[in-house]
Amino acid sequence: MLLITCPWCGPRDETEYHYGGQAHVPHPEAPSDLTDEQWAAYVFFRDNPKGPFAERWMHATGCRRWFNVLRDTATHEVLTTYRLDEPRPGGTR
Amino acid sequence: MADTGITALRSSPLAHLADRMRAAAVTGARGVTLRELPFLHMVNVRVDPSSAAAGRIETALGAPLPRRCGDTTASGPRTVLWLGPDEWLVLSRSDEAAASREALGQDPGSVVDVSANRTTLELSGPSARQVLEKGCPLDLHPRSFGPGRAVSTTVGPVAVLLWQTDDAPTYRLLPRSSFADYLGRWIVDAMSEFGGPEVL
Ligand SMILES: [Zn+2]
Repeated sequence: MLLITCPWCGPRDETEYHYGGQAHVPHPEAPSDLTDEQWAAYVFFRDNPKGPFAERWMHATGCRRWFNVLRDTATHEVLTTYRLDEPRPGGTR
Repeated sequence: MADTGITALRSSPLAHLADRMRAAAVTGARGVTLRELPFLHMVNVRVDPSSAAAGRIETALGAPLPRRCGDTTASGPRTVLWLGPDEWLVLSRSDEAAASREALGQDPGSVVDVSANRTTLELSGPSARQVLEKGCPLDLHPRSFGPGRAVSTTVGPVAVLLWQTDDAPTYRLLPRSSFADYLGRWIVDAMSEFGGPEVL
């Protein structure tokens, strides 16, 4: 069980949250200009790092807000959490 | 006051469990009781807390909108629960949506009567906290939770608003109406062990 700190509600059990996949995936500026391959890359292709990974989570049974979690995919350690309008701590991605 | 008109026709989500809940009551040092408080008025308010509209709504409510998770504010029989950084639930005994809606005016936000969305269960007595602790992931010990605190969380598998109202302790649980039957039965089952002697 992960203990994830919601930026608004504080530490809560993982069971209160929904997972939302990789964070910081920008929506294409002009989707209609993309080739099928480019669109597929946007919709389906995600990083799969071993180590720190920025993810979106939603506090489903709490405040129902989306936020970001920096989680180590090898140890499951939750390194930090931050709001959507905040940059990824430590930079990159 | 006898209900007249359309209110006489309505039935609450837990009316069919009233007898079961009453029969589940435990008295004495390990006591705990459960009942439904049907038909409380609930108004969902969404507004930017730093806006002028938020100030007008606070004036209309007679209470500030709480700014932090877990906090509540009260004005007479009216209580304001924090739901999110720009979202609150106003609980009261009478229909008060109009005043807040008028206070919001045409500004960005919403004031919506959601009274039928949830019902209210009241769990009270010396064993009430232990009953909840069987299925609530939060720390309900007095060092971190107490009267006047309200949070969204889960009890069993059911999402609820959990609000402690006094030191008895008394808790109010607000599940969505369609989950109320399951939650009512879950709590009745969780209460049953307190009717017998404590097993150590
Ligand atoms: Zn939250």
